[in-house]
Amino acid sequence: MKHIISVLVENKFGVLARVAGLFSARGFNINSLTVGETEDPSVSRMTIVVKGDDKILDQVKKQLNKLIDVIRVKDYLRKEHIDKELVIFKVNVNKKAKAKAITLIRKSAANIVKSTADIIAVEMVGSQDDIDKLFYALKDNGYKIKEMVRSGRIAMEL
Amino acid sequence: MRLKGANILVESLKKENVGIVFGYPGGVVLPIFDVLYDSNLRFMLTRHEQAAAHAADGYARATGKVGVCLATSGPGATNLVTGIATAYMDSVPIVALTGQVKTNLIGSDAFQEADITGITRPITKHNYLVKDINDLAPIIKEAFYVASSGRPGPVLVDLPADLMFAEAEFHYPEKISMRSYKPVCVSCQGRLKKAARAICDSRRPIIYAGGGVIISGAENELFEFARKTSIPVTTTLLGLGCFPETDPLSLKMLGMHGSAYANHAIMESDLIIAVGSRFDDRVTGKLDEFAPKAKIIHIDIDPSSVSKNVHVHIPIVGDAKEVLKSLNKIVKSPDTSKWIDRISQLKKRYPLKYDESGDVIRPQYVVEQIYEATKGDAIITTEVGQNQMWAAQFYKYLKPRSFLSSGGLGTMGYGFPAAIGAQVACPGKTVFDIAGDGSIQMNIQELATAVINKLPINIAILNNCCLGMVRQWQELFYKKRYSHTCFQPGCPDFIKLAEAYGAVGIRVTKKEDVAPAIRRAIDTKNTVVLDFIVRNEENVFPMVPSGEAINRMIGGMA
Repeated sequence: MKHIISVLVENKFGVLARVAGLFSARGFNINSLTVGETEDPSVSRMTIVVKGDDKILDQVKKQLNKLIDVIRVKDYLRKEHIDKELVIFKVNVNKKAKAKAITLIRKSAANIVKSTADIIAVEMVGSQDDIDKLFYALKDNGYKIKEMVRSGRIAMEL
Repeated sequence: MRLKGANILVESLKKENVGIVFGYPGGVVLPIFDVLYDSNLRFMLTRHEQAAAHAADGYARATGKVGVCLATSGPGATNLVTGIATAYMDSVPIVALTGQVKTNLIGSDAFQEADITGITRPITKHNYLVKDINDLAPIIKEAFYVASSGRPGPVLVDLPADLMFAEAEFHYPEKISMRSYKPVCVSCQGRLKKAARAICDSRRPIIYAGGGVIISGAENELFEFARKTSIPVTTTLLGLGCFPETDPLSLKMLGMHGSAYANHAIMESDLIIAVGSRFDDRVTGKLDEFAPKAKIIHIDIDPSSVSKNVHVHIPIVGDAKEVLKSLNKIVKSPDTSKWIDRISQLKKRYPLKYDESGDVIRPQYVVEQIYEATKGDAIITTEVGQNQMWAAQFYKYLKPRSFLSSGGLGTMGYGFPAAIGAQVACPGKTVFDIAGDGSIQMNIQELATAVINKLPINIAILNNCCLGMVRQWQELFYKKRYSHTCFQPGCPDFIKLAEAYGAVGIRVTKKEDVAPAIRRAIDTKNTVVLDFIVRNEENVFPMVPSGEAINRMIGGMA
């Protein structure tokens, strides 16, 4: 099960290493991790997406709570929340296939940031499902993703 | 008042009522040592930084106060690591102060630079790198608060050299408030009532008490609780002393080398009341088969300890003393008469004993004689291995803070420096380090510290000329292939070694000389090394093989 864990922390040096250390010490791979300031600049929010069974995740959450610089830990798995991710990528195209690619991209509410004869650069904000859907659509039609950057998910309880 | 960093540090330590700092000087901490030169803050020079950390730990365990150690940057700091990890595993409050290279050199691979906050991140409760002189006093305040509150633990403060020269206005904060750290919690009344009901409904209840009882000072509440409800008490290694072992309700220690009757009792129990203990693998044995019929109430201050290894039915997060106090007000005693009969039967059938035949000195006999001579009124520290288990099994612990041992990490070389810390903390007490001939050599250089400071510590070496516990495993599980566990007899000669340092050395080779030698050691005002030449092949029994259920013991039968 994929958990989205939101961690409010003191905005200080070393906190990221402490949080990441808890996962690595237990041999956990983090799917994504984002950090940014909150409405209070002395507090940062880390959004960590991680796969694992509930019992192990429960222990990780307790350990996170034990870190002195951690203010609050929430798991959004069973809570109403919004989560979004930003992805930027480049697709290889040729003259013939370009129009079809543009149609697919526009249908997915993604933006084309740059378009040349052989490459289209795209940005998209959406849920992980929306982003994955676009990738599959492009792949199924024979397009190759040349380079991709994902921001990792950010989430907020509603 | 404007002060230099080094003075701010020393003044802050005084504000925290630090009785003594154990440590070792070096390049970047010179400004601190210059202040210590004419300060009235007591400092004790050890002969290795690891010993300074263990001494601070021994001081803390013997008193409940925060122990303090100080080392220089780089190797000084990394030498503290084993001591810090030892304190971390056993929830001991120490503050470790380390020098660091100048702020502008950090990260440049400067001479004697080590990223000690990075290195100690997973083995400290918290650590700090001070980067602004104005933060120094507040950080020291926080460090002591974090180390000693909630579930205690070691805190490290890394001090760059330039900050020790820098000046700032010195105000020691009176109060402390950390939004991200609130260690005090009030346990829920509903849970307490539920626990009281479960206790009243049980027929075969058992109390499983750990080091948390001692840390929280809950021994009187535990005693009242056990007596009021007539529930037998077994303790962990670190719980030794939280309940008097001479009491009829005592089942002594449980687990891998616990008493067989405690292990059988917990397996047969229908309710386990765990207080300040953490279901460590040395206690539970094979998890799937641990106490199959028992409901579990777990009282612990650390939420992450609850349901970590075993499923807990009634978790109560809180301070052991407070929780037991509240529980004592509402609990009604269950009918345990049949259970108490069963327990006496188990005690009779599986007594803790050893082969007493022959003239050879058995290590268990030495431990018993130390008990006889001190009547349980000494502080016993141990090294790690067979000596530690015999010390746990054959001495009767009556009071908290009378048994200091590295339980979680299992650090060889802990006992002697810890004894130094304990003896400094309790000058009038008789202190024994029950040691093996292997582990005593891991911090033997501290004989200098003990002798020079006139500490009348008694080191009882159970000399079996081998690394006994590892040898025991090789005997039982590796077809007696004694790979690198046997020593050359007489190397070293511990008597000559003791005398070289100015300590008293007494070699004991006959059983009848054991008691007089112990008496003589206690009466000697100097540090004494007792070299007991014991039977080499003696094993620690009972023993639960690793990964087995805890009622399947080797050597547990009468």
